[in-house]
Amino acid sequence: MTKMNRPVEERESVVVKFVGDSGDWMQFSGNLFSESAAFAGNDLATFPDFPSEIRAPQNTIAGVSGFQVHVGSAKIYTTGDLCDVIVAMNPASLKANLKWAKVGATLIFDSDAFDDKTIDKAGYTSNPLEDKSLTKYNLLKAPITLLTIESLADLGVDRKIASRSKNMFALGMLFFIFNRPLKPSFKFFDAKFKKDPNLARINKVVLEAGYNYADTVEAIESVIHVSAAKLEPGFYRNITGNVATAWGLLAAAEKSKRGLFLGSYPITPATEILMELTKHKSLGAKVFQAEDEIAGICSAIGASYAGKMACTTTSGPGLSLKSEAIGLAVITELPLVIVNVQRGGPSTGLPTKSEQSDLYQALFGRNGECPVIVIAASTSDNCFHYAYMAAKLSMEHMTPCILLTDGYLGFGSSLFKNPRLANLPPINPPVAKARDKNYKPYKRDPETLAREWAIPGTDGLRHRIGGLEKENITGVVTTDPLNHQLMVNLRAEKVARVANYIPEQEVEGPTKGELLIVSWGGTYGAIHSAIQEMTRAGKKISHTHFNYINPLPKNTGKILKSFKKVLVCELNSGQFVNYLRMQFPMPNIHQFNKVQGLPFMINELTEKFNQLLEEK
Amino acid sequence: MDFINNTVERTTVQLQKSDFESDQMVKWCAGCGAHAILAAVERVFPRLGYKKENFCLVSGIGCSSRFPYYVNTYGIHGIHGRAMPIATGVKVANPHLSVWVATGDGDSLAIGGNHFIHTIRRNVDINVLLFNNEIYGLTKGQYSPTTPMNKVTKSSPHGTIEHPFNIGELVMGAQGTFFARIPDNDLTQMTEAMFEAAKHDGTSIIEMLQNCIIFADKAHFGIISKENRDENMCIIKDGQPILFGADKQKGLRLNGTNLEVVELGKDGITIDDILVHDRYDPNPGIHIMLAKLGPPHFPRVFGVIRSAMFPTYDDLVEEKIRLGIEESPIKKMDHLFKSGETWEIK
Repeated sequence: MTKMNRPVEERESVVVKFVGDSGDWMQFSGNLFSESAAFAGNDLATFPDFPSEIRAPQNTIAGVSGFQVHVGSAKIYTTGDLCDVIVAMNPASLKANLKWAKVGATLIFDSDAFDDKTIDKAGYTSNPLEDKSLTKYNLLKAPITLLTIESLADLGVDRKIASRSKNMFALGMLFFIFNRPLKPSFKFFDAKFKKDPNLARINKVVLEAGYNYADTVEAIESVIHVSAAKLEPGFYRNITGNVATAWGLLAAAEKSKRGLFLGSYPITPATEILMELTKHKSLGAKVFQAEDEIAGICSAIGASYAGKMACTTTSGPGLSLKSEAIGLAVITELPLVIVNVQRGGPSTGLPTKSEQSDLYQALFGRNGECPVIVIAASTSDNCFHYAYMAAKLSMEHMTPCILLTDGYLGFGSSLFKNPRLANLPPINPPVAKARDKNYKPYKRDPETLAREWAIPGTDGLRHRIGGLEKENITGVVTTDPLNHQLMVNLRAEKVARVANYIPEQEVEGPTKGELLIVSWGGTYGAIHSAIQEMTRAGKKISHTHFNYINPLPKNTGKILKSFKKVLVCELNSGQFVNYLRMQFPMPNIHQFNKVQGLPFMINELTEKFNQLLEEK
Repeated sequence: MDFINNTVERTTVQLQKSDFESDQMVKWCAGCGAHAILAAVERVFPRLGYKKENFCLVSGIGCSSRFPYYVNTYGIHGIHGRAMPIATGVKVANPHLSVWVATGDGDSLAIGGNHFIHTIRRNVDINVLLFNNEIYGLTKGQYSPTTPMNKVTKSSPHGTIEHPFNIGELVMGAQGTFFARIPDNDLTQMTEAMFEAAKHDGTSIIEMLQNCIIFADKAHFGIISKENRDENMCIIKDGQPILFGADKQKGLRLNGTNLEVVELGKDGITIDDILVHDRYDPNPGIHIMLAKLGPPHFPRVFGVIRSAMFPTYDDLVEEKIRLGIEESPIKKMDHLFKSGETWEIK
């Protein structure tokens, strides 16, 4: 076999998806591919796509797991709608993912995995590699399993163990196609398999074998080059939304000098935040894995009372369980960050899929008049910023704050520019001073209406708080009607005044005109990309994306009133749009909704935008 | 494993009962057993030697759970069943506080049952005053997880058909390290148990047989009343033979794997045959047997039944953090930002 000289094809961005059985280590391959792109200076976004079962039956559609990577030389906002390259390790994964392939996409297969049994199990009636059903695509069939085993024959690796490394062979092929150096991955293997150098060696050999094999294959007519993106100078890393959330909380704890306490219970897709925080004992993080969701939040309330920056992390059903306790934090006016990594509901719903359907629950899902601050992150990396802001606002305003992210943001990743703690905004909670003769539990700051945080152990500040209504200022238990009205108003006004401390809402594009697209939370990337496409096509269209949900930025009404039509796009049946209509009853607020456990596709958005522009 | 001593900061100032009296009107019914428990707490707290700001009282919901409002300490009145996790949060956040929970049989054994067993299993260093009146008082008289079988209550007009919990058995089944049972009509027993609970490192459960004068009056009468206590109440002390009866002539003997009541002087029984109480025994076998005893064939056992030494959750948290700080190069966020796979873009 001979190596060939191939032309280089320049691409602005490429979407690659690795798919296979849950046990095929697709995420591992995907992550390595992302790292290599990051080292080459590309911007990127990733998303793992996996079933909620850990190891569903092999070679079935139910067991298919995947990892999608979008790399580019311009800013990347989404993980990409359709794929340029799909690496499919078996028939089931091909069947489940073909719908995500662009026409003309390169499909790389392990032809050894396509036998009568696996083809039948995937639900095909004939072999898709042979029956000409894939003529629209560029097919790259390689006997990956066999070649992997052969490459390891010299090392004396058993066939069964050897075949487990086939994902590295496929990755090696991709590295050739994308002209990536192997060295960074070699370094990564050395670090990851420090305790088992043989495993590091196996991975290196197979990766290189895949690379060399690709070099000899005639079907690969050109190699792809994606130039480095123009990013702000600085140190970068690839970060998932859940890790970014954890780091934002840790940063806020250090900045506020209150120390972090997390009370949490494992739940998909939020568990990674708990797992990340528990790694950082050296930063003083105290992490309590509770017996249930309720104990998670209640322990956090206890820790908050005792003076910690307390948080609890969960997903939709867990937030339901925490409702009563959120009410306790509201009435005791204690700071508390509640992170809800949203997933498809109701009930257990779609644990590994994403929705924005917990907005009502975050805003209204409690007994009594029970307002909390609600904010939402919009990219995997800005989960850091909004987690930090959730903690800052909660502590400075002495009220709970719900941070909404979602499964796509949490599991997905994007590039994160390393900040410095000194450059993050200050956090100054109103901690009561020892022996303050004038201390009263519900005496308030005249600007924020926050009460003081009197921390147990402090001299001269003994006091009791609790779930029964209290008299303003003194904190004495009372059912006095006018006092209750006053306290209800004060708690609401305190949250409303947070609007004085958050940035004004910004508009991308013209600040007035025909059509304003409104979005919030995790849909920023898709909607921004769709609007970019429209703008390039010469359409006049503006976008405003909300991260601060309750309270809304002060200029929200003004923005909405500057456009003839407003279209609110969200992955639920219309929760944010109705929330806006409550506050700004205008007839021209339209909605576009999708509740399929999937993100918005750019073409479905542009179609809707065009339709609205054309309707008079 | 080294034990960390998360001792509560002490004071040299002699505190008084008045240091802990709150300015709130105590709103329990006249004749409620809770008044006596409050009196015992006001007697114990000043004598523990802790700085008064280092006490924190936590409660859930129910008559018992109004307790924090009536004692002048830091305090948080929580939600139904959740006192244990709230207290866990307080203690883990600041292990230098002396954390006390006031709860009832409904609060901690029904709606809060899950938290109760898990807190005990973890051995979080908190002291729990469990007011067991065998009824729901604040909701006006429904049966609870400790209401005896067949009892007529407002929610069981034909008698309950549920087997009640034996609290001591539940505590030890959950690997509890401290269990005491005391009656609400004996200030000495109450204060002694509270002192011992405070001294014990770990979750200390004190079952307080408390009288609800309105909805379950005299529920414990058959055991703790003057008329019945000699025969039915057996107060045990560590290192002493377990004797009861008006003239302490009856005792408990371990016969094979069972306990039996024997009489001194009868059938050749001497004091040497009587079981000597060892509350520090790590093995809970005998402690469970003692906790389960009761009329008609046995007396009910009172006093500190178990006080075994095991590491506490809050100590272990501190230990892990200390080790983490010692071993990890990441001591602040700026170190974390620089750690792992990063690259520079110029």
